[in-house]
Amino acid sequence: MTLQHYLALSAIIFTIGMTGVLVRRNLIVMFMSVELMLNAVNINLAAFSKFLNALSGQVFIVFIMAVAAAEAAVGLALIITLFKNKPTVNADELNTMKG
Amino acid sequence: MEQLGFYILAFVAIISSLFMITRENPVHSALWMLLTFFAVAGIFVQLNAEFIAAVQVLVYAGAILVLYLFVVMLLNPKSKGFIRIPFRYALGIVAAFVVFTQILITLQSANVIGKSGPYTAEVLEKYGNVKVFGYELFNNYLVPFEVVSVMLLVAMIGAIVLAKKD
Repeated sequence: MTLQHYLALSAIIFTIGMTGVLVRRNLIVMFMSVELMLNAVNINLAAFSKFLNALSGQVFIVFIMAVAAAEAAVGLALIITLFKNKPTVNADELNTMKG
Repeated sequence: MEQLGFYILAFVAIISSLFMITRENPVHSALWMLLTFFAVAGIFVQLNAEFIAAVQVLVYAGAILVLYLFVVMLLNPKSKGFIRIPFRYALGIVAAFVVFTQILITLQSANVIGKSGPYTAEVLEKYGNVKVFGYELFNNYLVPFEVVSVMLLVAMIGAIVLAKKD
């Protein structure tokens, strides 16, 4: 397996996640797609870590996972707060702050 | 054998992530995302990152996914996940395809240049992935590690403040 194989897989998964953020209007599924994109970045880092014989990539994967966990916690708390004010998770209906 | 494993894992990851973004029900999306995370954990094992694979299963499949499922079941959202405007679909898919093509064109010339580090497969096999990883983390990345712990504390307090009843 060459580096290109892993990079191509990561590119495919990243693009699928990006498509999810663009076409879905459900806030929760949009957040899940962001997690998918972060996972694709993790594959990239692990692949470079292996082919450069270095461990910095794996250390950064742990940092990215911590950021993803924090993002999920705060984002879902925000969704709950939004849902209390207006019972919907459709991103197109949440436009009350738009003038 | 390694190639076969890679192709199976890559196939599972891609198919399950495609199912994830196309399911109407958010619970189904979350379960397909679980399968994607497991496939990516297998990819990490192939890349000599066993510790990362274990953390992937623990943190992503264990913690984050359960958090998503809790929120989906707590809110029980009625609104449909898709918006019925084909224009939106087309725009999103075209944008994603353009980005993917750009990445692939870049990959044509991608190669590993740069100084090769000391952690070859033999070293990892001799000392074990976790030991070498811990050495690297607590020697060269100690300050970022502590900063990440502060960030997790901030996220925890922020989530409590946002979601509590007032």
